[in-house]
Amino acid sequence: MKWLRALWRGLRAISGDDAYERYLEHHACAHPGVPPLSRRAFHVDEEQRKWNTINRCC
Amino acid sequence: MLGRLVGIALAVIGAFAVGGIALHRHEPINALWLVVAGLCIYTIGYRFYAAWITARVFSVDAGRATPAERLNNGRDFVPTHRWIVFGHHFAAIAGPGPLVGPTLAAQFGYLPGTLWILFGSVLGGCVQDMTILFMSTRRDGRSLGQMARDELGPFGGFAALIGTLMIMIILIAVLALVVVNAMKGSPWATFSVAATIPIGILIGVYLRYLRPGRVLEGSIIGMALLILGVAAGGWIDQSAALRGLFDWSAPGLAGFVIAYGWLAAIIPVWLLLAPRGYVSTFLKLGVIALLAIAIVVIHPELKMPALTQFTNGDGPIFAGKIFPFVFITIACGAVSGFHALISSGTTPKLIGNETDVRLVGYGSMALESFVAIMAVIAATLLDPGVFFAINTGAGVVGATPQAAVATISGWGFPVTVEQMHNLAREMGEHTLFARTGGAPSLAVGMASIFSSTFGRGLLAVWYHFALMFEAVFILTTIDAGTRVGRFMLQDFLGHLWRPLGRTSWYPSVLLTSALIVAGWGYFLYIGVIDPNGGVNILWPLFGIANQMLAAIALSVATGILIKSGKLKYSWVTGGPLAWLALVTTTAAWQKVVSTDPHLGFFAGASNLAHKLAIGALSPASAAVAPKLIFNQQLDAWLTVIFTLIVWLVIVDMLRVAVRCVRGLPTHGSSEAPREMTRLQTAGGGGS
Repeated sequence: MKWLRALWRGLRAISGDDAYERYLEHHACAHPGVPPLSRRAFHVDEEQRKWNTINRCC
Repeated sequence: MLGRLVGIALAVIGAFAVGGIALHRHEPINALWLVVAGLCIYTIGYRFYAAWITARVFSVDAGRATPAERLNNGRDFVPTHRWIVFGHHFAAIAGPGPLVGPTLAAQFGYLPGTLWILFGSVLGGCVQDMTILFMSTRRDGRSLGQMARDELGPFGGFAALIGTLMIMIILIAVLALVVVNAMKGSPWATFSVAATIPIGILIGVYLRYLRPGRVLEGSIIGMALLILGVAAGGWIDQSAALRGLFDWSAPGLAGFVIAYGWLAAIIPVWLLLAPRGYVSTFLKLGVIALLAIAIVVIHPELKMPALTQFTNGDGPIFAGKIFPFVFITIACGAVSGFHALISSGTTPKLIGNETDVRLVGYGSMALESFVAIMAVIAATLLDPGVFFAINTGAGVVGATPQAAVATISGWGFPVTVEQMHNLAREMGEHTLFARTGGAPSLAVGMASIFSSTFGRGLLAVWYHFALMFEAVFILTTIDAGTRVGRFMLQDFLGHLWRPLGRTSWYPSVLLTSALIVAGWGYFLYIGVIDPNGGVNILWPLFGIANQMLAAIALSVATGILIKSGKLKYSWVTGGPLAWLALVTTTAAWQKVVSTDPHLGFFAGASNLAHKLAIGALSPASAAVAPKLIFNQQLDAWLTVIFTLIVWLVIVDMLRVAVRCVRGLPTHGSSEAPREMTRLQTAGGGGS
């Protein structure tokens, strides 16, 4: 069970599924009191950032 | 102590396996030899060479805070677990390159490609990736171009920029050609590849509006739809009414791909590029794992000889002797300069601890190299006659099936029209003759591996699944590459006229995207009308360009090593650099000055011009000949420019190195000052 849970966490991390949760966690620490981006706004921003640079290869 | 013993045991097994591969002649060899040799060599390289480099040459510092920790913004700078970074990095570097190159190089036999993939990666490619990753991590995740500018001077930075742009254009053209050749005259393949576009858009809408950011759900749905698309392609192929809609010749498909490339580059990323990127990553990791399992389960015999007669230079798939052309043809999988762009910029911002660079940089490249070994296996388990019939253009072996099998059987690789016909029928295709580019023969190899492991009878489905698998990341490379090329061009043109540099100004976006698409579209079009298949000309050009970028990256790395007082270790990157400089320069020299019309670009152009002048060409060939003549001359000049850029960078690096050794002032180090790490979880990246 513990093994399965670790696998699931790994899968979420590797696919970027948990990006928003990680962002919220970081945001709460680094900028307390400032409202964070919504899930949708964060997702759109992230995709812009990721694909506007070289991130795939031959 | 136990580690040492394991190491020695691995070395013995590895040496035995490599020796076995090299000495087995005139009898079939089992694919497992290649797998075992690979695993041993990668493990030895990782445990000993990479560990030595990180400890002695880099002096990695587990207590030093990485940019991910110091600049943590919860977005691109995030300290991440090393296995997750490994996954991200591997997914980014592994594209279609390591699948295509080894397939083409199999014309020399299985041995040359295998040895170069194994030793080239362990001593060259993995070292390059890891070194650039480490250096970028020490420099706040700066890109290769920025590091070249900071450490060598403005010329190095400029050369890296121009080199990247040029390789991008050639790379997209050759990959687009591969995908066009795989789809031509095949409604099934065309449908399943075309279906990836609406599927990508559907997932894009899902991830943006219905379930924002639920990437895992989106990927799983997308993957299921892609598989459904492959199955639906089979039904389309059966339907007399529908199959005509997807039955296109190569020039028509090239037109679609060019229009697609332009549209995909100007629409928002969330709509197509990003969602298909997620799905293709899943597909990629899944298929690679499946292929590894299947190869071990069925451990097929390789039917290709260790060495063929084509090592002497007149190979049908591409011209040129084994030296230097095997080292040009197989770039990705052994040494790939493009990786340096991923290893700087993107990945270093995730590294949680410096000790992780060994797993992420060296380890990911070793895994990519293993993918290339699997491509060698998939290509060489085919009957050599079948392999050559699929991969050789009609201009070389003859336009009719009878002529082709006669030529190929005459080389000593027997094949019959009936055999090819049956194979095509099993794969659900009309014909498999002259499907150059490597993707179809790889798909035949993969389909036979998969179907004998996971149930026979589904050969045609597996074949089209394999084609779709290759096409999906080729399409991703086409749009992502066009987009990045556009940014570079905008950056460049912005110096001439300010508004052109604005990435959000739509007229500039449309114009610069069109310019990039026109660049690769031109090479794609010429490749499509070339009766020899086009790949024979474009792939060597791509190989030279990619190795050139590797030479630039290794020059930057060597320069930085010398500047940081590691002159005595500079051979670690200087050795691979010298080898690549030798290989690319020799290949470029031969491609430019050789008098053999198959090999030399100028010789090919004048041979064709001569044939045209004396009226020795068929009307169809005569119509395209002037374009092919111009193209060969253009390719020759491009090769000259590539070589000049590489040597100017090397000389620039040597200039900096000599000044440094003499104690003269150079550009200062751009390394970020050391700060103590505060992360508890970090560390322990070593074994």
